[in-house]
Amino acid sequence: MSELLEVILRCVLVIGAFMTLPLLIGQMEHKQMAHMQSRVGPMYAGRFHGWAQLIADGVKFLQKESVTPAAADKPVFALAPAVALVPYVIAMVAIPLGPLFGSDVLIGTDLDAGLFFVLAAMSIGVIGSLMAGVASGNKYSYVGGLRVAAQLMSYELPMVLAAASVAMMAGTLSLVGIADAWEPWWLIVQLPGLVVFFVAGLAEIQRPPFDAPLADAELVMGPFTEYGGMRFAMFLLSEYAGIVVLAALTAVLYLGGWAGPWSDQLGAAWMLLKIAAVGFVVIWARVAYPRLREDQLNALAWKVLVPLALVQLTISTLVVVS
Amino acid sequence: MGGFLDDYAVVGGIVVAAILLASAMLGANSLMRPKVAAREKELTYESGVDPVGEGWAQSTIRYYVYAFLYVIFAVDAVFLFPWAVVLEKLGSAAAVEMGIFIAIVVVGLVYAWRKGVLTWTR
Repeated sequence: MSELLEVILRCVLVIGAFMTLPLLIGQMEHKQMAHMQSRVGPMYAGRFHGWAQLIADGVKFLQKESVTPAAADKPVFALAPAVALVPYVIAMVAIPLGPLFGSDVLIGTDLDAGLFFVLAAMSIGVIGSLMAGVASGNKYSYVGGLRVAAQLMSYELPMVLAAASVAMMAGTLSLVGIADAWEPWWLIVQLPGLVVFFVAGLAEIQRPPFDAPLADAELVMGPFTEYGGMRFAMFLLSEYAGIVVLAALTAVLYLGGWAGPWSDQLGAAWMLLKIAAVGFVVIWARVAYPRLREDQLNALAWKVLVPLALVQLTISTLVVVS
Repeated sequence: MGGFLDDYAVVGGIVVAAILLASAMLGANSLMRPKVAAREKELTYESGVDPVGEGWAQSTIRYYVYAFLYVIFAVDAVFLFPWAVVLEKLGSAAAVEMGIFIAIVVVGLVYAWRKGVLTWTR
């Protein structure tokens, strides 16, 4: 009975993290983008610097009508947002936060194949966008959906190769094990891998400058063109959750997870700080760089990132064997 | 329950919880949203103009080559993870073996590159 209670408690905590961290990243995106573009961003909701903007958005989304186009494949159209959202919740269960005040590592569950599990779950999320693109019966959505598919297949590979080279250095696939095995000199040895992983991760979650599937100037909103109300909000939430998962993975694999001064006491705080820092860079990239054209996008993956990831794999192999 | 099942019991729990969360979001929405019927709303969106033809159409999918390339490497990646974990124990012989395997796969990529598959306009 106590085991069942523990499972339920862990699930509730993970859902709690899922409902708060993406919203914090979303709010950060609003404010950070605004200040980087010399605006102030949301200022009214919640009175203090618009802190409640996303909650207000959520209340609005909750009450909006759900319109399904007559041309759409209705069951697939209706299910797509859930397919996009659910995998990110599942991915978050295996992501460690680190110890807090001398406790064990805070984590949903420490899986032996944690890294593999999170990468696998992340790539399922993209199928939601693909379903939305094809099922909408809209030309913009269709082109967007095709681009989603091409992008997923191109960037999955460098990401997996870079992640594998970290697993090789640590000798384990458990995310807790990897973070424990991490040492500061990995920052230098794994630098190409870090760049490849981060760039491929950005493309995987379709964040600018790799948002050719959405490309508002040419495809309106890509696969999400026909969506509104709660279903659109779910796509939005899964995008922010994607940033959280990518930032957390980057922090665990390359930045040492909860490593830092007094990590026994403040480990989880270090981890959250690193997630926020990587999230900051994700948003910064959106403001700083123009969108890549579709052919440049796929060329970058196959001609730059894959060879770079293979070089990283060779370096890691040499380090481990010697 | 063994340790393995303990670990994955939480995964099973979170799958159920995630599906419940998604249904709760959609369910709350369906309780609170208005439903005003109008045929115009269900038209396909094409930037405000009446839609031309259908959204369901055939088109050239030039992206299929990426799917081919991906399948080649995806198989490699599946072998790579278990290999990465035990590399330290197996030593340099395993490294050389994987090097040969990856080299063969890379030849495929180089071939595709030389054939101009990775270039959009020829």
